[in-house]
Amino acid sequence: MDKLKSFTSSSLFLPIVALAVLLIFNGIFVEGFFDIQITEDGRLFGRVIDILTRSSSLVILSLGMTLVIATSGIDISVGAVVAISAAVVCTLIGGRGDGAAETPMALAMLASVGIGILCGIWNGILVAKFKIQAVVATLILMTAGRGIAQLLTEGQIVTVYYKPFASIAGVIPGMPLPTNVFIALAMVLLVVFVMKKTSIGLFIQSVGINPTAAKYVGINVTLVLFLVYAFSGFCAGVTGLIESSLIKAADANNAGLNMEMDAILAVALGGTLLSGGKFYLGGSVIGAVTIQTLTTTLYALGVSADQLPVVKAIAVIAICLIQSKKARDLFDKWKSGRSAKAVTADAKAVNKA
Amino acid sequence: MAAALLEMRHIDKVFPGVKALSNVDFTLHAGEIHSLMGENGAGKSTLVKVLTGVYPKDGGTIHLNGKEIYPKTPKEAQEEGISTVYQEVNLCPNLTVAENIFIGREPRRFGFIDWKEVNRRSIELLKKLDVDIDVSKTLDNYPVAIQQMVAIARAVDVDAKILILDEPTSSLNEVETERLFRIVRQLQKQGMGIIFISHFLEQIYELCDHITILRNGELVGSYEVAKLPRLELIAKMVGKNLNDVKDMDKMAEKSVPSDEVFIETNHAASTGQIKDVSLQIHKGEVIGLAGLLGSGRTETAEMMFGLKEVTGGSLKINGKEEKLSNPMAAMKEKIAFCPEDRKLSGIIGDLTVRENIILALQAMDGMFTHIPYSKQVELADKFIDKLRIKVSDRDQLIKNLSGGNQQKVIIARWLATQPRFLILDEPTRGIDVGTKTEIQKMAVELAKNEGMSVAFISSEMDEMVRTCSKLVVMRDRKKVAELTGDQISSEGVMEAIAGGEK
Ligand SMILES: Nc1ncnc2c1ncn2[C@@H]1O[C@H](COP(=O)(O)OP(=O)(O)OP(=O)(O)O)[C@@H](O)[C@H]1O
Ligand SMILES: [Mg+2]
Repeated sequence: MDKLKSFTSSSLFLPIVALAVLLIFNGIFVEGFFDIQITEDGRLFGRVIDILTRSSSLVILSLGMTLVIATSGIDISVGAVVAISAAVVCTLIGGRGDGAAETPMALAMLASVGIGILCGIWNGILVAKFKIQAVVATLILMTAGRGIAQLLTEGQIVTVYYKPFASIAGVIPGMPLPTNVFIALAMVLLVVFVMKKTSIGLFIQSVGINPTAAKYVGINVTLVLFLVYAFSGFCAGVTGLIESSLIKAADANNAGLNMEMDAILAVALGGTLLSGGKFYLGGSVIGAVTIQTLTTTLYALGVSADQLPVVKAIAVIAICLIQSKKARDLFDKWKSGRSAKAVTADAKAVNKA
Repeated sequence: MAAALLEMRHIDKVFPGVKALSNVDFTLHAGEIHSLMGENGAGKSTLVKVLTGVYPKDGGTIHLNGKEIYPKTPKEAQEEGISTVYQEVNLCPNLTVAENIFIGREPRRFGFIDWKEVNRRSIELLKKLDVDIDVSKTLDNYPVAIQQMVAIARAVDVDAKILILDEPTSSLNEVETERLFRIVRQLQKQGMGIIFISHFLEQIYELCDHITILRNGELVGSYEVAKLPRLELIAKMVGKNLNDVKDMDKMAEKSVPSDEVFIETNHAASTGQIKDVSLQIHKGEVIGLAGLLGSGRTETAEMMFGLKEVTGGSLKINGKEEKLSNPMAAMKEKIAFCPEDRKLSGIIGDLTVRENIILALQAMDGMFTHIPYSKQVELADKFIDKLRIKVSDRDQLIKNLSGGNQQKVIIARWLATQPRFLILDEPTRGIDVGTKTEIQKMAVELAKNEGMSVAFISSEMDEMVRTCSKLVVMRDRKKVAELTGDQISSEGVMEAIAGGEK
């Protein structure tokens, strides 16, 4: 009973329930949803695996987004940064028909992640140094970013024929899962490790809760803000690699499109308040997987890509309502009302006796 | 005696881990000024919040004029005729003064808010409190004292049967307090019942007719002020016998500073903030910064903590000229600063008591390290014990502590950094009598036993006279006098403030 209670009040309760509901729904209506097959060379196949693989980009983005939101900021440029990063890696490797790379792939990858970090640094400077409101500051790259990507690709969709490039979002022979799952896992572990071993997490929360007080205890508020935006840019850079590898091309218009919204949604679903402060990385990861599951489910149900946002919007409203203070107060009242009734019932019983 | 205006019976309130009120009775008559007394965390504010519907009560009844009431929100309480100034000023810093006063009950014309009328009436109201400010500026332009006056003006204007003032005078100076008292007495004559909470005993004895004492959430008793001598009041509040209380109040001998100077400023100035301050603070010295509100005391402290740039003159630490460009630079020189505005620049509300205590130390260690959890627990427990911070759990959120206990956590935060120079800006604001003496003693003892330099800023002259070996008097953002030895007295300071340069 106590265990149940502590679970229902834990921060992961809501995200896990949401995911569970979706999975159960799928389990009932989609045949063989939970089936997993293993091929001869040890590869795993199945719908669940599929969802997991597709979630990896969103998981990575939501890591950066969680930290940004914890400082009571927001980064709406990540989708566009994904496009820039994709453009960089594809144009560097080049679209040569003979399948050769113009730049060594490792170098191209480094450059595209580097560009992501640079974009993050730009956001960080605007927010931390010039104290521009986060939405406005990141709006700049959000709108300009796709233009920059267009410039890099010269308005073309650059298709990469260099074979190894596909393995970033594909399976390396002998591995059970596509590489991007491992990348996402590594990023999650990295962040969790850093949060455990340093006090960055504590500082991020302090800045998000009360920046003035944080300054008065000697926390370098500017540096903290700068770092979270740079990290968010880094996450977007990595995602750009995965997204472009997935289609083996850089599409400046569509790469990472609307991903910032999904990332924000994942963070909110994970229980981190958009007003900043306490943050829940585990919640965000589950939130990201939930959203991917939702997307996959909707596609499976035949909802078209155009209608998808409508359904997602309904999900957002539901989540925000459940998290709102009013709803929580109502819930508390309902709970205390029930216990009060129990007390009066007890009292009556005592009186009778 | 006439029937009571307000009767609260058997009030219970439980928070997770604490019984904040248990079986408390409270009676208020019309035309009475009734004080609610008790140590930090005794449950005074909680009683007020239960009465005004901020928290639901867990048991008991509330009768107003014989009729049972159940206010569920402060607004409902206000409609019943209960007007409140809460301990934590709850105004909106980004609204104008006038908007703050009339928010939720704006005078209207043809259905639209009549802004002219709002401004005119705000000015009028504030004039009653002798506050002359531009009401169309946003509230955050004004210091805490003015904000408190605005909160009071708002409460006083409502046509109410009961007025509740929870530590309204904590940031006011004597003159402002007197003005407030004048108005309170006027309201008393009109038959209003007034609940007044304060840790200033003089104010209680000056203003109130009746005292109800709480201890640990329980009712100790209700007394007529005239029949309850001061020491007895304190004894009842802390739950000790009279003799122990007498000992408690004895002050340790003042610290004798060494010859070594820790920090000194030479005609230091900071554009727009400080004009000219020269002072020397020795090791083992408790120095007081005295002066009226706005005289530049806090700014001087902030300058020594790297929050205000030194734009003229110089600042030396251990004889070496230093530029303190941010708090961390000052912290590296082992300087610590407990700021005056606890809510804005002190507590990080959604962090736990433990995290709040270790935060400054962690900031000094750097972002990329981590104080081991066991060490954090040890530190937190040590200071919770040493400063007798009332918490149900070290991992309780600091915002759920009583005001005075939050203050103690901030002091603990800085003691944990083992500073060489500790600046305390209004450290006893909102702290109960017993703990007040303890903090004063602590300041003196840190100087005596550990050779720490301490700078003490307080609006309570008395407190500084008792603790400081040297007083620096400021006026108009300049140092105007320095008092030592026998010169240290309230009169001395007043003379210096009035007389100007010596
Ligand atoms: N929202 C809350 N959640 C949990 N505990 C609380 C909450 N508010 C108050 N408390 C606890 O209730 C007790 C009484 O607090 P209260 O604020 O009433 O004290 P107080 O007498 O007003 O003290 P002070 O003089 O310091 O203002 C304290 O132990 C405090 O920690
Ligand atoms: Mg209180």
